[in-house]
Amino acid sequence: MTELPLIGEAVAVADQAPDVRKLTGARIGVVTFPGTLDDRDAVRAVRLAGAAAVPLWHADTTLGDVDAVVIPGGFSYGDYLRAGAISRFAPLMARIIDAANSDARLPVLGICNGFQILTESHLLPGSMIKNDGLLFMCRDQILRVENNTTDWTRDYAVGQEITVPLKNQDGQYIADEKTLDALEAEGRVVFRYVGFNPNGSRRDIAGISNAAGNVVGLMPHPEHAVEAGFGPEIGSGTEGLGFFTSVLNKIVGDNK
Amino acid sequence: MTETSTGRTAGTATETKKFNIDTVENAAKTPDVELPWAELGLKQNEFDEVVKVLGRRPTGAELAMYSVMWSEHCSYKSSKNHLRQFGEKVTDEMKKDMLVGIGENAGVTNLGDGWAVTFKIESHNSPSFVEPYQGAATGIGGIVRDIISMGARPVAVMDPLRFGAIDHPDTARVMHGAVAGIGGYGNSLGLPNIGGEMVFDSVYQGNPLVNALAVGVMRHEDIRLANASGKGNKVVLFGARTGGDGIGGASVLASESFDDTKPSKRPAVQVGDPFAEKVLIECCLELFKGSLVDGIQDLGAAGISCATSELASNGDGGMEVELTSVLLRDPTLTPGEILMSESQERMMAVVTPENVAAFEAVMDKWAVEYSWLGEVTDTGRLIITWEGDVIVDVDPRTVAHDGPVYDRPYARPEWQDAVQADAFTGSVQDAGRPSGPAELAAAITELVASPNMCDKSWITNQYDRYVGGNTAMAFPDDAGVVRVDEETGLGVALATDANGRYTYLDPYHGAQLALAEAYRNVATSGAVPMAVSDCLNFGSPEDPDVMWQLAEAIRGLSDACMVLGIPVTGGNVSLYNQTGTTPIHPSPVVAVLGKFDDVARRTPSGWKEDGQAIYLLGTTAAELDGSEWSNMRGHLGGLPPKVDLAAERALGEILINASRDGMVDSAHDLSEGGLAAALVESSLRYGVGARVALQDILDRDGVDLFTALFSETQGRAIVAVPRSEEIRFTDMCTARGFPHLRIGVVDAEGGTLEITGVETMNLESLREAHEATLPKYFG
Repeated sequence: MTELPLIGEAVAVADQAPDVRKLTGARIGVVTFPGTLDDRDAVRAVRLAGAAAVPLWHADTTLGDVDAVVIPGGFSYGDYLRAGAISRFAPLMARIIDAANSDARLPVLGICNGFQILTESHLLPGSMIKNDGLLFMCRDQILRVENNTTDWTRDYAVGQEITVPLKNQDGQYIADEKTLDALEAEGRVVFRYVGFNPNGSRRDIAGISNAAGNVVGLMPHPEHAVEAGFGPEIGSGTEGLGFFTSVLNKIVGDNK
Repeated sequence: MTETSTGRTAGTATETKKFNIDTVENAAKTPDVELPWAELGLKQNEFDEVVKVLGRRPTGAELAMYSVMWSEHCSYKSSKNHLRQFGEKVTDEMKKDMLVGIGENAGVTNLGDGWAVTFKIESHNSPSFVEPYQGAATGIGGIVRDIISMGARPVAVMDPLRFGAIDHPDTARVMHGAVAGIGGYGNSLGLPNIGGEMVFDSVYQGNPLVNALAVGVMRHEDIRLANASGKGNKVVLFGARTGGDGIGGASVLASESFDDTKPSKRPAVQVGDPFAEKVLIECCLELFKGSLVDGIQDLGAAGISCATSELASNGDGGMEVELTSVLLRDPTLTPGEILMSESQERMMAVVTPENVAAFEAVMDKWAVEYSWLGEVTDTGRLIITWEGDVIVDVDPRTVAHDGPVYDRPYARPEWQDAVQADAFTGSVQDAGRPSGPAELAAAITELVASPNMCDKSWITNQYDRYVGGNTAMAFPDDAGVVRVDEETGLGVALATDANGRYTYLDPYHGAQLALAEAYRNVATSGAVPMAVSDCLNFGSPEDPDVMWQLAEAIRGLSDACMVLGIPVTGGNVSLYNQTGTTPIHPSPVVAVLGKFDDVARRTPSGWKEDGQAIYLLGTTAAELDGSEWSNMRGHLGGLPPKVDLAAERALGEILINASRDGMVDSAHDLSEGGLAAALVESSLRYGVGARVALQDILDRDGVDLFTALFSETQGRAIVAVPRSEEIRFTDMCTARGFPHLRIGVVDAEGGTLEITGVETMNLESLREAHEATLPKYFG
């Protein structure tokens, strides 16, 4: 049996996917905090991209030997106090911050609540506030890829438009003008909302990266657009898979 | 006795105790102490019964327990005699896939391949009127805990809603609160919301209906039951701490009608913490995985009273617990209040001594608080102590199961005949019935913009339908579809339906129509219907008219289940939904669960491919009574559409086969709003229109164009058939003797819906009308 049903138990899947691992040898960690919701989805996306997903627990004090990390969406600690504000103090986050800033530049992707945790951790600048419409919003969202040199976007073309689900309450990206100018000048705006800015994000920003391009955060959910029939109805439904194949190519390429 | 809260009586205890505790010993010695049984919702005869059962007056704590557990909400005392039919009218066909039937937290159905599914629908009506956000949120929380209690991982939720008139000033309060509450809680649990209903009707103005459905899946070996067995096993309470919220909620709120003269009941509504619930879900699943609990029960209505008495009653012995071991949010709570508290996000479990350490390790991992309360005994008694003093000593069955049962008087209302005689056709409201191309086009536009038929995405966009990555279909399609097994594609479909107007006109057939529609929705999606859960929302059972509606609805529903061959596996009864003497329309909300061998075979409701043939399955009669059209014209009278369950079954088989064998690319059932609504909805789903001619229907069925469009005759659906499959499809319909007519073709180019005899409708204008309604009132 190559796969176990994910709905039952995500951890078991990752544990029992050695033959998948053989494909690339890449190990991508998926972090679970109390209140994380999209971890099983991130595990699935990693697996469908051809890597092995390694479940990571917020209280862990080592990263093991993962080649990249995904911090998935959800409401870690209930978003109490402020989205991501408590999670950033998890023991594992200290390891992730160190690894992301180290010479090895561990690739880190923060999705939705993961993005919020990355800004709270100061791996990425700016912050998220409540959507300008004040309501939770779930929709199929078109994004434009602005930078395909990050570890998580190299399989996309600049200017390419992809559709992935957007679902959040606190998705309005804000930063001071100087920071926004710098992000644009340095090409660190990785994704912009197309057609409709769903939450009032400054300069239509949906996702950004750090200067080195190994850390990427975005509010929309690429892990929910990896399997036709279970994602957006617009487009192929699998337009988020490129995030995971990108990092995989990066890892495999670097290992050559 | 000076206190109105329970558990405190004057002049009996020592100075060292925190409270003056009314012990069993004290109760035996002081038979004449006056107790606040009436304030707690008990009737004189019920209090007398408690005294008879105990052989003495109850202690304050015992009174608290009996009062909540014998409330209408917990004991089903008015409906029990009727609900029995769901257990009695059961055929072998209905039993074959049932693993756990009515009576547990939720029924369990066999899905095959070692998988089982559990689902249940419940009401949280009264709290949602008093405090819409928390009421609706905790409604989701409660039903999800019922599902976890069975050993299942919850995988989706649905929420049928019925509010007052769309333009009434209070409706916005309920709407904003309830939708935000369902979203705020459900979204935080990581459960996709895959469907529901939204009905506006002034009958629900003071009694909005907020029903919540949850579905969960598990392996057969993981099924857990709520019982406490095995002497010496430990009883543990875990999750959130116990606070003062929801005290008396079950007895005082849910079992009484709202009345302006009584004080505000806000404090009786529970407050939810979805984060605590999410952690509790994961924590419980880890307990199940390690087989660390022997019995488990969630704490919902009646809190610890319910959990201890039900666990003990379902087990093989008794139970003894020390109430001061309960972790409290509010240290001033009295024993009675602790027993009645409906604080959310709590579970009670029975753990063998050898599993205690492992159990604690799981709690610590998830940082969930817990306290060991006591253990299972072999005495057959439920003993609750307070610092060692016995304050409850009862036979748990008398609390949990042997409550009062009433044969409430019921009779067909005197007004029923007059209502049924008042047909829409020819009524004052029917004057100026649309005819001619322009009027019919305007009527269709008006229909799809009307409050009940308009686009609901203002609501559904506030719910996460993606989380979990297994949602194969959600609103606005006919059923929500969730994959269970990623390897095989095994999955489930769910739909909920009710029509209060039909049920008002004829409760027996109205309830059957709700079942028929939910069944049809599931079959339309391509799934095989397997099981039913029902949420019976009615007025006061003390009104013989209402009681008759309830009795008729249950009789109708149970009879129809036999014909359709699917059992009721669980549900809930919500009574006293009335303001003053005016009850809501009888609203049995029926959920049907179906099974897919592979969810990839699901059939969406919208057209996509140009040139595909559109077929109407079933025949059309002049059935406008109770319809959305008559509702829009302010008329309610006559007889609801005819029920033909054999036809529903035949139609279902055609739709299921067509889905499985790839004969249809789209299917949409005809229900409220009839063919007109279905044609527009199928067009707007993907923005692909059609060219339709209905002359053949008019000729065959002898109806006019207006009737063909707006009649709500049951047992119908429209399907889009690829050219290559047309012969196979029509042969199948012919072989089964099922009426079918080719009424048009999908038109992906025109951007219009063309119906011969109706002015051509531009899809963008239709969409604008369809989508503008909710934002206009709530935006």
